[in-house]
Amino acid sequence: MDADSLLLSLELASGSGQGLSPDRRASLLTSLMLVKRDYRYDRVLFWGRILGLVADYYIAQGLSEDQLAPRKTLYSLNCTEWSLLPPATEEMVAQSSVVKGRFMGDPSYEYEHTELQKVNEGEKVFEEEIVVSEEESRRRLFHKISMKSFCSGLPYIEIVTKFHLCKNGRKGAGGFWANHPFPACHLFLGLSLSEAKKLSSYFHFREPVELKNKTLLEKADLDPSLDFMDSLEHDIPKGSWSIQMERGNALVVLRSLLWPGLTFYHAPRTKHYGYIYVGTGEKNMDLPFML
Amino acid sequence: MEDSTSPKQEKENQEELGEARRSWEGKTAASPQYSEPESSEPLEAKQGPETGRQSRSSRPWSPQSRARTPLGGPAGPETSSPAPLSPREPSSTPSPPAPARQDLAAPPQSHRTTSVIPEAGTPHPDPLEQSSDKRESIPLHTSQSERNTFQQSQQSKPHLCGPRDVSYNNAKQKELRFDVFQEADSNSDCDLQLPAPGGSEGAPSMLETTIQNAKAYLLKTSSKSGFNLYDHLSNMLTKILNERPENAVDIFENISQDVKMAHFSKKFDALHNENEMLPTYEIAEKQKALFLQGHLEGVDQELEDEIAENALPNVMESAFYFEQAGVGLGTDETYRIFLALKQLTDTHPIQRCRFWGKILGLEMNYIVAEVEFREGEDEEEVEEEDVAEERDNGESEADEDEEDELPKSFYKAPQAIPKEESGTGANKYVYFVCNEPGRPWVKLPPVIPAQIVIARKIKKFFTGRLDAPIISYPPFPGNESNYLRAQIARISAGTHVSPLGFYQFGEEEGEEEEEVEGGQNSFEENPDFEGIQVIDLVESLSNWVHHVQHILSQVGALQFSIYQGRCNWFNSTQKNEEEEEEGEEEDEEKEEPDYIEQEVGPPLLTPISEDLEIQNIPPWTTRLSSNLIPQYAIAVLQSNLWPGAYAFSNGKKFENFYIGWGHKYSPDNYTPPVPPPVYQEYPSGPEITEMDDPSVEEEQAFRAAQEAVLLAAENEESEEDEDEEDDYD
Repeated sequence: MDADSLLLSLELASGSGQGLSPDRRASLLTSLMLVKRDYRYDRVLFWGRILGLVADYYIAQGLSEDQLAPRKTLYSLNCTEWSLLPPATEEMVAQSSVVKGRFMGDPSYEYEHTELQKVNEGEKVFEEEIVVSEEESRRRLFHKISMKSFCSGLPYIEIVTKFHLCKNGRKGAGGFWANHPFPACHLFLGLSLSEAKKLSSYFHFREPVELKNKTLLEKADLDPSLDFMDSLEHDIPKGSWSIQMERGNALVVLRSLLWPGLTFYHAPRTKHYGYIYVGTGEKNMDLPFML
Repeated sequence: MEDSTSPKQEKENQEELGEARRSWEGKTAASPQYSEPESSEPLEAKQGPETGRQSRSSRPWSPQSRARTPLGGPAGPETSSPAPLSPREPSSTPSPPAPARQDLAAPPQSHRTTSVIPEAGTPHPDPLEQSSDKRESIPLHTSQSERNTFQQSQQSKPHLCGPRDVSYNNAKQKELRFDVFQEADSNSDCDLQLPAPGGSEGAPSMLETTIQNAKAYLLKTSSKSGFNLYDHLSNMLTKILNERPENAVDIFENISQDVKMAHFSKKFDALHNENEMLPTYEIAEKQKALFLQGHLEGVDQELEDEIAENALPNVMESAFYFEQAGVGLGTDETYRIFLALKQLTDTHPIQRCRFWGKILGLEMNYIVAEVEFREGEDEEEVEEEDVAEERDNGESEADEDEEDELPKSFYKAPQAIPKEESGTGANKYVYFVCNEPGRPWVKLPPVIPAQIVIARKIKKFFTGRLDAPIISYPPFPGNESNYLRAQIARISAGTHVSPLGFYQFGEEEGEEEEEVEGGQNSFEENPDFEGIQVIDLVESLSNWVHHVQHILSQVGALQFSIYQGRCNWFNSTQKNEEEEEEGEEEDEEKEEPDYIEQEVGPPLLTPISEDLEIQNIPPWTTRLSSNLIPQYAIAVLQSNLWPGAYAFSNGKKFENFYIGWGHKYSPDNYTPPVPPPVYQEYPSGPEITEMDDPSVEEEQAFRAAQEAVLLAAENEESEEDEDEEDDYD
């Protein structure tokens, strides 16, 4: 959720029960402003909160001009002092995938993970101990969530259909959108109610992954200026999102079931949308059993 | 307002046009057929009193600019080569305006009628004016074809001269505008009326089509307001030109808004209502009932209620504290739930009520209220119980109805452990759920132990429909309402805690009296509770105690499927109930091979510091709600076993709350239970194996032996017979 409209967003996302205490809210409003100034970000998003055993991590993201570019990520324990997280590398990803369980809430905590590595040296088996520090794994985890499950409520669709930007966009579908930061976000007027109820109106905010794997037949119906991201409805497994209308029909709430704790909200016909993650930072691998 | 302004506008338009006409006349004085001096005089006279301050000052440029274009455009050729046109039909020169006007005016009018508002007050010059305005922006590439069209129309429609009886002035205007408009006319409007001549004569260029498309787009009527952009722009420009504001570009948006506001448009009557937002209204209607509730009651009744019972919990107060902890719903939703709880307590004989929490579902969520009935509990439960028992009996009877000869199945279904009486154990409280505040509360059925046991083995998302089936591997006995109830029982047993000393055991049943038959593990509030320092609550887990009974796990593990799932021990081997004092803890599975021994969990009011760890993860986390102002902070307790379960205490008060998906946490992934062991076949023993067939030798030997025996027997028999005969004689 945008740091500028944090309070409204928190109110809208409150249906999932996880919010911020008043002192956290106040300090976030103050400190994120300073983050924006100091790091020279275009926008600062409050990403969410990872519940640790001892303390919680508060995560914010800084956005530059190019919105699809990798974002800078900051974390804080007290919502006042923010530290930049190093970008995750593939190696860290692989390492952190073996770490299970909850975060400690202590950035200097180091996970120890013993791994048997078979090295064919005279038929001996060496046991190698790999130490994965929490900071790395957290970073990685965050990265994974952000790439996997962030949906951004299609300002695109709306803009394109309502304002006929598709004609401009079509000329350079890829380049146009990729280089443009939310081309006309201020023109986004919200989804209509019928659109808001459909999962296909929401997209993953990332470079498309599944889109490229589609068959030609499926691609035939796509509009390159609209369908340049992965739609949520194609997520695997099917039903990894729960979509609900709350407060009558005044609010649509999407909850990720793959990453329990991720809540996306959008008030139809307004431009208010956003997401917040409050959870343990673990992926729900049991999803197929639970549906 | 519309009526008052529009004539004036019209007048002013006329003035301008008259002016334009005059200036144009001045320049094109060479063509005599256009000079009509008597026509300008009434205009002039009218203009005198009316020309306002603004129009006077800035007038000169606009008519000129407007007039200039006709000169540059189609008028130019006309003046330069008037020969073909003017001498041929000198009398028809006033007449062209009429067809042109009709051509022009008709399409916008038809638009109006088809779209929404046939406004009588709409000034007719509008479409004309707007096309003139538009015309300025349209490049004059198609003048040749336009002229062709114009001539065509002129020649083909002389009979249309009739209608031009409106007024002489109008005719004059149109005469002027005729030239001005013919271009725009042939551009787009005429294709509605004069399609064939315009299209065939001048080959439509790409640009023309583009312009037509653009104009068609501008003319598209909005379904919401009933306007189209074309009209709107023309109205705006009219307004600007009429009023001549100082910095038109700066207040452009305001002008646009004013024009829109001035258009008072009635809502279009349709046969069917828009029903898209209907659910919103529906829930609003239902929730309104919550707010109206208070008014319906008499004042006396309210007072009585307040005095008689204090069933309603102070939801807002605990919500405030939970907000300090960073959990809870939004303020308005909490208040709606508060009202819904009030509705619940008003309609049911409830002694105690509590907002238990919220369980998230896929389609809808559950708001759960925990209540205790006053004295008479619902009769439904008894009925349900009977039905359940009957069903069990029926099953067992069915097994017995088999033939006598063949052996019956020795397998007996594992003994169904009866559920606990309402008001005790896991059924101590009754739970009501609703999907949204305002919707009706639904009472959940009491939980039976089998459900708890199975619920421990499965992990399913709630859908939000109470009658949804639960499809799982160990078949779940019941639908979603039973599963929900089982999960509520498990969560309550695991996470409902209170500060040490808040509750004490009742005096009639001491905590150690385990043998009391049917004895409740009851507790009551400690009247002498003095409160605990918040900092102590945070620092030591032993200051928190469970006040809900522990649900026993599996006992009597001799046979695979004997299970317990109750709070109080049920001795399934001896078939008599024996109550046992149990405590509570998180329900870690403890398989005890010795089935005769009763499983004893931790007793009631056990500190949570004795809770079991979940694989090196502490089961509870405590923290202070605010580190900045510790003297007024509250202690927040958070369960790691059941993510989403919270408790707070400010020393004197406490509350428990759960919000989440209703699942237990495990660092490992969910593993489906192993399939039950395959029953071993009967061991091959003497009663299974058979002898070989008897051989000939054996039979012969046997026969020989038999004969020998027979002989001996005969002898004996004869003796016996004799004996018998003796006897009987």
